[in-house]
Amino acid sequence: MISDLFSVTVLVGILSSGIRLATPYLYASIGETFSQRSGVLNLGVEGQMLLGAFSAFYVVLNTGNLWLGVLTAMGVGAFMGLAMAFVTVNLQAQQGISGIGFYLFGLGMSNLLFQLMVGTVETVQGFPTIDIPFLSQLPVFGSIFFSQNLLVYLAFLLVPLAWFVLYKTNLGLKIRAVGENPEAADSLGVSVTGIRYFTIILGGTLSGLGGASLSIALLNVFQQNMTAGLGFIAVALVYFGGWKPWGVLAGALLFSMVNALQLWIQVLGIPITSEFAVMMPYILTILVLVVSVSKVRSPSALTKPFEREG
Amino acid sequence: MKSRLNALIDALLPVIATLAALLVGAIMLLILNVNPIVAYRALFEGAFSSSNAFAETLVKATPLLLVGLGICIAYRGNVINIGGEGQMIVAALLSTWVGLSLSGLPGWLIIIIAMLAGTVAGSIWGGIPGILKAYFNVNEILSTVMMNAIAVQLMNFFLTGPLMDPSQAEIASQIPQTARLDEALRLPRLVPTRLHLGAAIAVVLAFMVYILLWRTTLGYRIRAVGQNPHASEYAGIKVKRYIVLALLMSGAFAGLAGVFQVYGVNYRMITDGSATGFTGSAGFNGIVAALFGQLHPLITIPASVLFGGLLVGANTMQRVVQVPSALIQALNGLVVVFVVSSEIWRKRRQRKRMMGLDSDETSENQDSKLPKKTVEETP
Repeated sequence: MISDLFSVTVLVGILSSGIRLATPYLYASIGETFSQRSGVLNLGVEGQMLLGAFSAFYVVLNTGNLWLGVLTAMGVGAFMGLAMAFVTVNLQAQQGISGIGFYLFGLGMSNLLFQLMVGTVETVQGFPTIDIPFLSQLPVFGSIFFSQNLLVYLAFLLVPLAWFVLYKTNLGLKIRAVGENPEAADSLGVSVTGIRYFTIILGGTLSGLGGASLSIALLNVFQQNMTAGLGFIAVALVYFGGWKPWGVLAGALLFSMVNALQLWIQVLGIPITSEFAVMMPYILTILVLVVSVSKVRSPSALTKPFEREG
Repeated sequence: MKSRLNALIDALLPVIATLAALLVGAIMLLILNVNPIVAYRALFEGAFSSSNAFAETLVKATPLLLVGLGICIAYRGNVINIGGEGQMIVAALLSTWVGLSLSGLPGWLIIIIAMLAGTVAGSIWGGIPGILKAYFNVNEILSTVMMNAIAVQLMNFFLTGPLMDPSQAEIASQIPQTARLDEALRLPRLVPTRLHLGAAIAVVLAFMVYILLWRTTLGYRIRAVGQNPHASEYAGIKVKRYIVLALLMSGAFAGLAGVFQVYGVNYRMITDGSATGFTGSAGFNGIVAALFGQLHPLITIPASVLFGGLLVGANTMQRVVQVPSALIQALNGLVVVFVVSSEIWRKRRQRKRMMGLDSDETSENQDSKLPKKTVEETP
């Protein structure tokens, strides 16, 4: 039984599902990295993901058009981000608790819409697996890395892109400046409000996409509260990753691998009580926060509203 | 005159925020092709129309008040406890086990032991994030959310395993629930409805929390730590200890809410596999009630009744006009957002006054404000 875990087929299976399961974490965490880098803690990620997941699912269920589903989810996420930006930037609401408000709204709203507009358990035809020519034929690596669906590939491409934007562009410099020292950035003519609006809306958009990746690419169903804390873990991964895209990638992979292992343990019928297997990622999150938080310094202005003097 | 008007507006801000949330809800219902007037009428009639309905409202309000009291304490100490769900669950698990396994003692004694056990379990579940926050700088919102998820799995493990109702274990349905508590272990009912003694205890506790926060050194220190940790440290208050204590006490109150759900309402622990299946989301809705109550333990009493009423009414609404009760969850989220957003008006006026522009206004209820975030929220 336990030895089953170490057969090549099973290991490939675990790694391959691990890569796949990293997708929603990556979208949400990369988005959250941007907003936290500009000084805003968005705790509504889970709610944005749930609404994204539902809207993508609903659109695909009714039109069969996957890209329309993705766009709708991103639009819904962006709208939630816009509301969050108004509340935290203009109204300077406390970010922790207002994020929880957005979470409760997303949780209730996605549930309400599902019951009113769908009602029963339905599945959709999600993004198909794309075998990348030649590469997917590689032994072992092929099926782990190059036989996934499109949203998985895009999620991994997002990481270097995010790194490039944050560290190699003028925009990235402004984002980091606003998160470190908004007063100084402001005096140099950077619009703190504009940058924060941009990052929060970007975060919402990516969270919506992360939700869509669950409902129309990985699981192809919608259930109430289907994220089950995934959005909150995504926020924790930003701390784990030290507010850097590559660090976030490492965290997302760690979590998705643990998740994949947990699923395979149940599939193989290894006698570990399933409840304890499911618990693992959550316990891991707490441990990861304990270990990582003391090491890296957070953006100085994180959670602090900005207001011009005078 | 102007100051009185401003004070009135301050007091009414949460009410205005709630009405705004209901308005947004009405617009959403219109978009969804549901008549909001019909839905809201069913909602309010379901909550407050008969004495039975009102008793049911109070039953639902009890856990909200208890969780809300914990939120009041935590928030005054500048920590946010999102872990009410998990704290209720572990408390209920331990207290149910106490009730099912202790025998030969008088019922009232077992109830008291169960209440103590639940309080301890809840405070441990809240204290762990407190220690992580104080000594390891871990964001308490994230850790309490994780503690909730862990508690749910513990609940599912015990309710489908060691604590499972023996009669369920035999039949095919296998509902995750424990055996029923002995009749001697049920909290007395106050009137011939489902209203139980726990509601009265919760109200008494609200007064005690008020005294604790504003009439004792302990409460003074918690509030001092919440207002300005650096100054408190300088004044010799052991800040870390009070952060742990605030979350620990917050967990204790949520724990008691979990015990009352078992000993006052269901007489067993039962779930559908989710946290909400047992708590009815009281761990979250208690936060809403406390924010509506301006984080004041006494104002949280009527606030809990209001939100308890919304929950009861939501069930009626679902039954009568087929609008899912999830609407209330969404509206509660909006209430939270609107209430914390509306704080800015209070802050602005306060600043004006400090700059001497608004000298007319002198009286200000210092206590009913959200504690100012003076330090960066550490992860």
